[in-house]
This record gives sequence, C-alpha cells and structure tokens, in this order.
Amino acid sequence: MTMAEGDLAVTELRFVRSQFLGPQPPPARMTGAVAWVRANLLSTPSNIALTVVVLALVVWILYGVIGFLFVDAVWTGSDRTACLMSTVHHEVGACWPFVKDRLAYFTYGSYPIPQRWRVDLFFALLAVGVAWLLWLRAPRRDLGILYFFIVLPIVSFILLHGFAVIDLPVVDTVLWGGVLVTIVLATVGIVVSLPIGVVLALGRRSRMPMVRLFSTVFIEFVRGVPLITVLFMASVMLPLFVPQQYEPDKLVRAMIGIALFASAYMAEVVRAGLQAISKGQYEGAMAVGLSYPLMMRFIILPQALRITIPNIVNTYIGLFKDTSLVTIIGIFDLLNTVEVSRVDPKWATPVTSTTGYAVAAIFYLVFCYGMSRYARATEARLSKGEKR
Amino acid sequence: MASEQVTGARPPRVPLYNDPRVRSLVYQIVLAAGVALLVYGAVTNAADHLQKAHIASGFGFWNQTAGFDISQTLIAYTSSGSTYGRAFWVGLLNTLLVAGLGIVLATILGFVIGIARLSTNWIVARAASGYVETIRNIPLLLQLLFWYNAVLKALPNIRDSLVFGGGVYLNNRGLMVPKPQALAGFGWVELAFAIGIVATVALHLWARRRQMRTGRQLPVFWLGLVLIVGLPLAAFFAAGGPLHFDMPQAGRFNITGGVDLQPEFVALLLGLTTYTAAFIAEVVRAGILAVARGQAEAAYSLGLTPGPTLRLVVIPQAMRVIVPPLTNQYLNLIKNSSLAVAIGYPDLVQIFTGTVLNQTGQAVEVVAITMLVYLTISLVTSFAMNLYNRRVALVER
Repeated sequence: MTMAEGDLAVTELRFVRSQFLGPQPPPARMTGAVAWVRANLLSTPSNIALTVVVLALVVWILYGVIGFLFVDAVWTGSDRTACLMSTVHHEVGACWPFVKDRLAYFTYGSYPIPQRWRVDLFFALLAVGVAWLLWLRAPRRDLGILYFFIVLPIVSFILLHGFAVIDLPVVDTVLWGGVLVTIVLATVGIVVSLPIGVVLALGRRSRMPMVRLFSTVFIEFVRGVPLITVLFMASVMLPLFVPQQYEPDKLVRAMIGIALFASAYMAEVVRAGLQAISKGQYEGAMAVGLSYPLMMRFIILPQALRITIPNIVNTYIGLFKDTSLVTIIGIFDLLNTVEVSRVDPKWATPVTSTTGYAVAAIFYLVFCYGMSRYARATEARLSKGEKR
Repeated sequence: MASEQVTGARPPRVPLYNDPRVRSLVYQIVLAAGVALLVYGAVTNAADHLQKAHIASGFGFWNQTAGFDISQTLIAYTSSGSTYGRAFWVGLLNTLLVAGLGIVLATILGFVIGIARLSTNWIVARAASGYVETIRNIPLLLQLLFWYNAVLKALPNIRDSLVFGGGVYLNNRGLMVPKPQALAGFGWVELAFAIGIVATVALHLWARRRQMRTGRQLPVFWLGLVLIVGLPLAAFFAAGGPLHFDMPQAGRFNITGGVDLQPEFVALLLGLTTYTAAFIAEVVRAGILAVARGQAEAAYSLGLTPGPTLRLVVIPQAMRVIVPPLTNQYLNLIKNSSLAVAIGYPDLVQIFTGTVLNQTGQAVEVVAITMLVYLTISLVTSFAMNLYNRRVALVER
C-alpha cells in the first residue's frame, strides 16, 4: 500500500522539471508599436470610430495644405498669367512668383531702395539685443538690458528716421511698411509697455487713494474697450488734443495707442506677480530700512517679474498679433502690404489672396510660436525648484 | 530717572519733507494737478481745433437723418427716414447678435477641443493641440480677411450659385436659406413648446428628488426630448402644419426671398468662433488638469464610465477654475467683434466710428459713445459671469 503510494508519487515526480524556464517574451501584440496603437488609438469601438474620423480629417487638411503650398504651386513666372488655370492646366496652388516679386515690398514697404541697408542693420541690431536677453549664458546680461531698453531705441530711431548731422537722409514714416512697421510697432510696444505696466501695477496697489484711483480707472477703462477704438482715438482724437504744431506723425499715433493698450494689460500681469510675493518679503525689506523705491528695485520686483515672465511673454504674443490692427487705420504693416498687393491687377488671380495670406500667416506663426515655446521653457525652468 | 526719560521723551521731530503723511499728500496733489492740467489742455485744444474746423459739438446729431444704407438691419431702418440714433441701435444689435452667437458656438467648440486635447486617443489629442497652436498664433484680423476674401468672396457668383437641396443657395453674396413664416394657428405650437420646457424642468426636479430618496434614476434626457420636441411636433400636425417657407427664388440677376446670411456676417462669426474656441480650449484644459487625479480615479473605482465621470465629477469641479478666465475670453470675443469694420459687417464700430464719424466729423462724441457702450457691455458681462461664478465657486466655511 505504502509502496504503491510511493510509486505513484515517483511517477508523478518524473514529470517535474528540474530547471527553471527562462522568461518568455510577452506576446507581440502586447508590446511595441502594435500594443501602442491598440492602447492609444483602438481601445474601444467608439475610440476606433473617433480615430478613423479624426485621421480622415487630418489627412484631408494636410492634403489640402501641402497640395496648395507645394504640389500644385506655381514656382516661376513674371505676372498673373503664370498663375492662371488656363496656363498650368491643373488646379492652381500657391502663386510663389507673386511672393518673390513682392517680397521686398512685404519687408520694407516703400522705404527708398538705396536706404534699405539701414533697415537691414536695424533688424540685425534688434536680433543681437533679443539674443543677448534670451540666451541665459550670454555675457553681461545686465548690459544687455541697458542695450535693449535704452541704446537700441535711440540708435534705431536715428537709423530708421534719419539724422541730418551724420548725413543720414530723413525717411518719412509714410514710406515705412511691411515687416519693418510690424517689427517697429511690436518692439516699441514691448519696450514701453513693461515699464509703464510696472508703474501702473504699483500705482494700483499703492496706499495713496488718488494714485490708486487713477491707475485703476486707466487700467479698467483701457481693458474694457476694443483695441480698434483705442487706435481710432489715437488717430482721430489725439491730433485734436494737442496744439497744431506738435501734431504727432501717423505712425507715432498708432505707437501711442498700442503702447497704452499693452501697458494696461501688462499692469494686470505684473499685479498678479506682485500679489504672489509673500508679505514677509515686504516686511523684511522694510525691517532692514529700505525705502519704497529701494525695496521695489532690489527685493520685490526681481522676484515678482521673474515669476511672471511666462505671462509677460504671452502678453507680448498678444501685442505682436494686435499690431496687425493698424491695417484698419491705414498704416502699411505686413498685413496691409499683403492686402494692397493681392488686389494689384498685375498679380490678381483667384489664388493670389490665399497665397498672400499664407505668407503673412507663416510669418506670424513662426514668431508667435517661437515666443510661446520660450515662455513654456522658462516656465519649466522656473518651476524646477518646486519639483523635488 | 529711567522712567522719567521714557515718559518725558517725545517722538523726535521729523522734518516735514520726511513725514510720510505729508509726502503722500504732496504726491497725490501733484498727480491730481498733473492730470487736471492734461485734461484742461486737451479740452481747450480740442475746442480750439473744432472751432477752427467749424465742427459742431454736442449730441445734436443724434436726431438728424442718417441718409446711408445698412446692409443688415434687425430693426426697421431706412436711409431716408431714420436718424443717426436709429443707426446706432442697428449697429449695437448687430454687434450683440454676432457676439452672442459667437459666445455660444465658441464655448461648445472650445469645450470639445479642450477635452479632446486631454484624450487618451493619441491622434485626437495631437489634432486638437495642432488646432490650438495654429489658430492661437495667427492674428484674428488675418483670419477674418482670409475667411472673407479668400474663401467666401471666392465662391461662385450669383448665377452659378451652389445649390443644395431644400432651397439653400451658396454664392459670393452669402448663404440663402428658406425663411419660415408662421401662419394662423402657429401659436399652438409655441404654446406646446413652452409647456414642454416647463414640464421638462419640473420632471428634472422631481426625478432628482426621487433619485435622492430611492436611488432610482429616470431617463430624464429622453423624456425631456420627447416633451420639448415631440409635443410641439404633435401640436404642429394637429393644427394642420401652420408654417410656410419663403423659398429663395433664383432670378436672372438676383435671388429673392428667403433669408440671406451675408458673407460678412458668416466670415465674422466663423472667425470669432474658431479663434476664441482655441483660447477657450486652453482654459478648459487647464481647468480639468487642476482637478486632482484622485477624483477621476475614485469615480472609476465606483464604477462610473469615462463619460459620466467627466460630466458629473471632473467638469463641475473644473468649472471653479474655468469660469474666471472664461469670462475674460467672452469679453475678448465681444471686443474682437469690432474687427467687423475690416470686412464691412455693419456692427457698432463700422457704422458709428466709421460712417457716422465720417459724415458728422464729431470724433470726440462718436468715439466716446462707442467706448462707453463697450465698457457697459464688458461690465454687464463680467457682472453676469460673477453671479455664475459665485454659484460654482467652492463654498468654504
């Protein structure tokens, strides 16, 4: 009996492995690209339907855009006939010869051709300033701030407008146009709106009722009305308010409108930053005997501005896009040069408008997307200290 | 001796110019005087200029005959018989029409795209973020001009209109659709509709109380649909179909009858909706991300499926974060509707700071009225949204 039991045990044991099996790879459908597709695109029936619909939509849009910009596009020609369906015998895409012909106008407007090196130089100086400020390991960034906010505006003015003493002929602002005007308006807005915004934000948090009242009324008033009415006010009403001999130039009026508008928005952004600074910082600064300006300059503003950098850049993006509104008051910024060129009889075809708008859209997209990437990178860099 | 020193000591005399109270008073007086001087200078200069240019001042122009045509009027308006004041109301109503429709549509589209950006479906999330990044980084004015000039104006002209079934025509003068006209007996349908809405609200309240008491749910949505849509439909057929459609008729040079949705209106609505939706999507995304992950996980562990989890658990909590920036987006949309002036949609800015200003020359009054209107709209909107915000805000002890 016991023997039989033992026999049974032994016969069963004979089938037991004496070695461990090596781990098997998981089934192919659970790893790699297949599994990723199953989990992220095809997890449920409704998800499959969604994937198919959205994929079709994306393919349709990309097909249209790529087809227009490259496949069906016309690349050479000298006037409108090159971009007509009767010439190319297929669906016409972008009319690139039109852009090539008009590129100088899109960039400089009617700035006199022999003087255009001044505009190029201005772009280069501006690029140096921007790089100096944005590149974190650049040498002497404090000098960079001085350069960008004080030296650059003065030099640019002399360079672009002209200065008889050093033999630079004066170029009237009526001739300025295209990217030049867009960049000038945006730069003036950027350079002016931050200091005014800081002052307004401090004023709104001031303990002096009169200062607080004026700041609040200004900020809320400007933020409550559309930019276009501010521009109308600047272009129509401002000349009424100043004595005739000081009537500002049309471009300057637009600059004032945009700068005031951006300042009010900037003030709210800065105020949010000021509110985020803990009370202890203020009290500590007062305890060591700093006066109000010193406290702001050395303790509060450096911290407040640092945490608001992403929001400041977002305001700048808005400002950059908003410069396009000067088209409505008849200033030849990039959008307006496109508007004028697209109806030019020399190039008027069914695709000219879309081509012109595409060029302007790409320009704005590149600049604004670049700025928003910078804002996001800064946000990530500044929040590093809080991730532990 | 020590005590004598303490009691006898008077605060050291501060020179007047170092006394904070005196200082702040002086600063404020200087500021007020500066502002007053600026205003005074501006007013005298303006009066001087206007006198020289022989431009009347004051609001007398309000009751003068306008004498210009407006392409889209919601209230009766004729160029020969209506005043500038009437033109103002026409423009204001047009602004409110496009802004109101834009807010509703942009909210729907924005919520869909914002939620899609957080989808677990890779391509849906990518497509949504591609939309947001592209639309947000191109100026609205450029988008409006594109829709108007490159898309809608490039449609075939009136003779080669695209014809859709049911009397819908699309051409470069807009979208022509049939215009419903109520005949006698249509009042019954309206009555049934009103009853349906009241009954649905009552049903909703009753069903909720019953669910609280017994835990049993009613298909309120479907019942409500039957009440709101079915009841008027039944009344409609019972009354013998008292509705007549004024069909657009294609003539030789024109299409008459029906409702003509003008390309300016369509372009503005399309541009405002798609542009603002991209910003609302970002607001919604940030709001949903602000809800702690544990909330959704707890809902899943209770057995809720993703749909109800989003609807009943996540969104209500996200609304607290969403509402204040959403208000800002609504305000931006209202203010951006003024870009109508660039494509010729007759909104307040186009009519008032455009045509009326050119005809009367009274820049100060016209621009001031326009700004005041926008300020009022902004204040009313933020007041209404603040009321709503108070409802969704976290109630703390």
